[in-house]
Amino acid sequence: MSGEHSGSLPVRIEQDVVLARQLARKLASDCGMRLVDLTKLVTAVSELARNTVVYGGGGDMDWQVLEEAGRTGVRLLFRDEGPGIADLKLALTDGWTSGNGLGLGLTGARRLVDEFELDTVPGEGTRVTITRWI
Amino acid sequence: MERIPILRMGEFLLVTIQVDMHDKLAMRLQDDLTDRISATSARGVLLDISALDMVDSFIGRMIADIASLSRLMDARVMVVGMQPAVAITLVELGLTLPGVSTALDVERGMQRLSQHVRRP
Repeated sequence: MSGEHSGSLPVRIEQDVVLARQLARKLASDCGMRLVDLTKLVTAVSELARNTVVYGGGGDMDWQVLEEAGRTGVRLLFRDEGPGIADLKLALTDGWTSGNGLGLGLTGARRLVDEFELDTVPGEGTRVTITRWI
Repeated sequence: MERIPILRMGEFLLVTIQVDMHDKLAMRLQDDLTDRISATSARGVLLDISALDMVDSFIGRMIADIASLSRLMDARVMVVGMQPAVAITLVELGLTLPGVSTALDVERGMQRLSQHVRRP
C-alpha cells in the first residue's frame, strides 16, 4: 500500500471517537461507498473506537484503502494495549456488557461490516479488524 | 462548555441536534433536558435528529433514556427526522428503540404531540 492509502489515527480520548468516525466517513465517501454502507461502517467505527478508549485505555486506529481483484474496500484496525477480553464468547454475546453500555458494541459492529476479526490476549491488549467492501 | 440548545415552544421543548455528538455532550443533553422539563412543566419534547448522520448504541441509548425519563416526568418525547440510512443501521445494530415515538418530520411530530396532550 502506498502512503496515501493507509495511515494511523490516535484514539485516546472521547473526542478522538468523533475524529475516527469523520475519517472513516471520508475514506468511505472517497471510495464511492453507498450511503447505507457508509453509515454502517461509520457506526461500527464509533462502537469500536469507543471500546478502544473506554475498555482498552486508548490506542490507535490504522486505516487502509484496499484495491484488490477489481474491488475496493476500507479496512480499519483498532488496537490497544489494555486488559484484553477475558471471555471472548461472552463479549460477543448480544446484550452482555462489562461496563454500563447496552452490550451491542462488539456484536453490533460485527453485523455492520463484511469482515470482522478479533484478536485479544488478556493482559496484553485487543486488536479488532473490520473491512467493508464497496 | 459545549451544549445542545433546548428551545421552548409553548408547552413543548424543541431540541435540534446539529453537531457530531461525543458521549459527554449526549450525557449533558440528558441532564439539561430533564432540568428543563421540570422547570417549564413541558408536556412534550421534540427531538430533531435529522442532522445526525449516525446513531450508534450510545446515542441510541441516550434517546431511549430521554424517552423513559420524560415519560416519568409526564412529558412525551417524539423523535423526528431520522435519516433512512440511520434507521437501517440501527435495526441491523439490534437497536429498535422500543417505546420511543417517532415522526418523519418536525411538523408531523408536533401534530402528534399536540394530539397526545389534548387527549384526556
